[in-house]
Amino acid sequence: MLNKYPLWKNLLILAVLGLGLLYAVPNLYRPDPALQISGESSGVIIDQAQMERLSAALEASGIKHFGEKANETGKSGLIRLYDADVQLRAQRVVQRSLGDGFIVALNLASNTPQWLSNLGAQAMKLGLDLSGGVHFLLEVDTDSAIATRLEHYNSGIKKKLREDGVRGLVSLGDEGVITGKFTSAELRDSALSIIKKEFTELTAQRVDSTVGDSAFYLSALISEAKRKEIEDYAVGQNLTTLRNRVNELGVSEPLVQRQGRNRIVVELPGIQDTAEAKRILGKTANLDFRLEARYDAPTSDREQFEFRNPGQGEPSAWLERDVVITGERVANAQASFDQNGMPQVSITLDSEGGTLMHRMTRHNINRRLGVLFIERKSRTYYEVDAQGKEQIVKVPYDEKKIISLATIKDALGVQFRITGLDAPGEAAELSLLLRAGALAAPIDFVEERTVGPSLGAENIAQGFNAVKIGLGLVAVFMVVYYRVFGVIAVAALGFNIVLLTACMSMLGATLTLPGIAGIVLTVGMAVDANVLIFSRIREELKAGLSVQHAIEAGYGRAFVTIMDSNITTLLVAVILYAVGTGPVRGFAVTLSLGIITSMFTAIMGTRAIVNMLYGGRRVTKLAI
Amino acid sequence: MSENTKIIDFMGLRKLATVLSTCLVVVAIGLLAFKGLNFGLDFTGGTLIEVIYEEPVALPEVRDQLKTAGYDNAVVVNFGSDTDVLVRLPQGMSPTLGEEVLKVLKNGAAGEIDLRRIEFVGPQVGEELREQGGLAVLLALVVVLIYVAMRFQIKFSLGAVAALGHDVIITLGVFALVGWDFDLTVLAAVLAVIGYSLNDSIVVADRIRENLRKLRKHDAVEVINISLTETLDRTLVTSGTTLLVLIALAVVGGEMIHSFALALLVGIGVGTYSSIYIVASLLVTMNISQDDLIVQEKEGAEVDDLP
Repeated sequence: MLNKYPLWKNLLILAVLGLGLLYAVPNLYRPDPALQISGESSGVIIDQAQMERLSAALEASGIKHFGEKANETGKSGLIRLYDADVQLRAQRVVQRSLGDGFIVALNLASNTPQWLSNLGAQAMKLGLDLSGGVHFLLEVDTDSAIATRLEHYNSGIKKKLREDGVRGLVSLGDEGVITGKFTSAELRDSALSIIKKEFTELTAQRVDSTVGDSAFYLSALISEAKRKEIEDYAVGQNLTTLRNRVNELGVSEPLVQRQGRNRIVVELPGIQDTAEAKRILGKTANLDFRLEARYDAPTSDREQFEFRNPGQGEPSAWLERDVVITGERVANAQASFDQNGMPQVSITLDSEGGTLMHRMTRHNINRRLGVLFIERKSRTYYEVDAQGKEQIVKVPYDEKKIISLATIKDALGVQFRITGLDAPGEAAELSLLLRAGALAAPIDFVEERTVGPSLGAENIAQGFNAVKIGLGLVAVFMVVYYRVFGVIAVAALGFNIVLLTACMSMLGATLTLPGIAGIVLTVGMAVDANVLIFSRIREELKAGLSVQHAIEAGYGRAFVTIMDSNITTLLVAVILYAVGTGPVRGFAVTLSLGIITSMFTAIMGTRAIVNMLYGGRRVTKLAI
Repeated sequence: MSENTKIIDFMGLRKLATVLSTCLVVVAIGLLAFKGLNFGLDFTGGTLIEVIYEEPVALPEVRDQLKTAGYDNAVVVNFGSDTDVLVRLPQGMSPTLGEEVLKVLKNGAAGEIDLRRIEFVGPQVGEELREQGGLAVLLALVVVLIYVAMRFQIKFSLGAVAALGHDVIITLGVFALVGWDFDLTVLAAVLAVIGYSLNDSIVVADRIRENLRKLRKHDAVEVINISLTETLDRTLVTSGTTLLVLIALAVVGGEMIHSFALALLVGIGVGTYSSIYIVASLLVTMNISQDDLIVQEKEGAEVDDLP
C-alpha cells in the first residue's frame, strides 16, 4: 500500500525521538553557581563538620547558600550559591576561613537528576566565549630541547672516542650536525663503528671533505624518529607540569591539551586574573641533589627538610647545604623495573652533571644522597586597602621537600638508578617529580583570549535570542506558505533541534558562539530539504498525479537532490573541522551534526507524519 | 511539466548576466588587490582589549590616555555601543601588554570599567591561521570539484566551482570595499557560503540533469529554462528562509557574530543569483547536451543510506 510506513520504521523514529529527548533534557536544568573545596595535597580530609563550619562563616558574611556537602571520599566538598554575582566574594570568605592548604574553586554544580546522569545524560559544555574565562596557547620550544640533547651526544661521543683511543676532532655545528675530523681513514672508520654501536639514535655516515684538505670526515645527525621522540617528550613533560600547576589555580574544569606538534592549549573557565594564571603556569619547580649531612657536621653546614610523602620511618632528614647538582642537569627520568622485578627510577644526567656527580659520589660510597623538590608557592593574606576594599595579597615562598633519600652503592655517572622503592606507583611518582623539577623545554605564550563573564552571559542571551527569532520567522513563513505541510515541517524542525542538542550533549561537544551560529544555519538548511520535497509534491500534483502518487514521487525524487546537496555541504564541514581551529571547529561540529540530524528529521520524520495523516486512504486534496 | 506554468526565459538574459558577473568579479579582485581585506586580530597578530565604561566615554580622551602612557599606535574604536570600547595594538608586543593597557584605562576612567575580553595572538600564529584559512578554501573547492564531477559530469563540476569562486570572491570584495574586519569567524562564514551556494547549485544542476534525460525533444537552452523555472520556487523559498534567520542573527545576535552574519547575508544573496546564472549559463557556454549524460545510468543506486 502507498504511503504506509512499516511498523518498525515508525517505532525507530519514536525511539530516536525518545532518546533524543532523554539526552537533550539535562540542558534544561540550569546548574547552580557553586564553590568546590579540595585539599592541596591528597592527605587533607574534608568532612561534613568542616562544611558546617564553612556554612556558618558564609552565613556570618550574609551570603545565601545551600546544599553544602562533603564528598563521600573526604577529598572534596561543594557549596551551592543562589547567585553567580556573590561567587567571588564567597570564595574569598571560604578561602579565608580554611586558610592555606586548601583550594577553593569556582564551579557550576550540575542539577541534572541522578537517574539521568546514571544514563550518561549530561548538559552541553559551554565554550569560553559563553562562560567567560581564559584561553592560552603555549608553544614548547622543542628546538632548545633538541639542542640540549645534541650537546649531550656531542660530549658523549668525545668522551667515548677518547676512552677508546680514537684521536680526532669532534664538534657540534650550528645546523645540529656533529662532525668528526680524523687524520686517517682507519681512524674515521673505527670512530664511525663506535658511534653506530654506542649511539644508536644517531645516523652517522662518512662525508667527503668540503674544504679540500686531506683530512677524513664523518657526520652524525639525530634521526627523524629520535627527533620526534624528543619533541614528544618535551611536550609531554610540559603537559604534565602544566596540569599540576593548573590544579593549583583552583579552576573547576580546566583543559590542558596538546595541539599540533609543539603547542599546548590551556583553557581556564571562570578565571579573570590572567596575570596570576600566567605566573603560576610559567613558574618552574627545581631539584637539588645533596648529600645527607654527617652526624658531626656543624649546624651551619646542614639543613633539616621534611619528606614530601612521609611514609613510615623518619619524618625529616638533615642534608648538607652544598648542592651537588641541580635539576637543570637532569636530562631524563623514567620509572622501570630492575632485573629482580623491583620498581626503580633511572636518571640520565647531562655530561657536566655526570662529571660532577661522579666526582662527588666516588668518595662518598655508602652515604645517602637526597633529592630535594623545590616549588614556588604563595601564601594568601587579606588586607583592607585605602578605599576600604578587601585585597588579596599573595606572598611567594619556596617550599623544599625531600622526595628521595637513597644510599650510594657505587660511584655515579651520567646514568644511575634509584632503587629500593616499595611500589611501582612510588617509582612513577618519583620520576614524575624528577621530570617536573628538571628544566623542561621553555614555553612561550603565543595566544591568549580572555572573555569577561558579562560578555559570556550576553553572548548566550543574544545567541539564543537569534535562534528563537530565526526559528519563529521560519515557522510562520512555512505555515503560511505550505499550510498543513508547513506545520509538519516545523514539527520536524523542532525535533531536529532536540536531536542536535542530544547529539552534542552525548558527544561531549562544547557549545561556542560560532556553534550557535552553526545551529542557526542548520535551521535554514533543514527547512531546505522540506521545501525541496514540498515543491516537488506540488509540481507532481500540478502534473496531474493522484495525491498518493504525488507524495510518493515528491519524496522519492527530492531524496536524490537532498542527498547530493547535503553530502557536498557535509564534505565542506568536514574540511572545516580538519583544517580549522577554535571557532571554525565549533562551527563545523554543529554544522555537520546538524546536516545529519536534519536529513533524518526532514525526510523520515516528516514522511512518518505525512503517512499517518494521509497514507493508505482516499485523499482528494492536499493542504500544501 | 504542466502546460499552464509560464516558462521564464532565464537564458535570454544570459549575456547581460555574464557581463554583470564578470564586472563584479573584476571589481572585487581589484578591491582585494589594491584596498585589501581589513584583517582582524586572528590573522595579523597583536593585542585587543574590550572594556565597558559606566558612562559613555569620549574616544579622543582614551586615545590621549594611551598616548601619554606610551602606546602611540593604539587603535581605539567603539564596539556596538558608546560605552563599549575596543583597543587594538599591532603585533610585536609582549603577552602581558593587555593587562598593562587595562591598568592605564582604569586609571583614566571616571567610574568603574568592566573588562570584556583581552585577546593576544602572536604574529606566528596569525600567519599560520591565514595559511590554514586559504588552504581550507582551496581544499573545499577541490573536493567539491571532484565530488560533483563524479556524481554528475565534468561540465556541471566546472559550473559549480565557477559559481563558488564567484560567490567567494564577491563576498570578500564586499568585505574589502566596506572595510569590515575579516577574522576567523568570517572565514568560517565564507566556508559556509561555499557549502550553501553549492547546495543551491546542485539542486539546480540536479534538475537540469533530470530534464535533459527526460525532455529529449527540447534543446539545451529550453531544458535549462524549464529547469530553472521549476526550481525557482524552491530557490526563492529556501534563500528567503535562510536570509530570515541570518537577518535575525545580524540584528539580535550581538557584536561578536555580526560580521559572521553579514558575510553569510552577502554570500547567500550572491549565491542565489549565481546558482541561477553562473551554473546554467556556463553549461550553455560549454554546449551541454543530452549526449553528455548518456553513459551515466544507475541513478539512485549509488546513493547511500542515511549516514
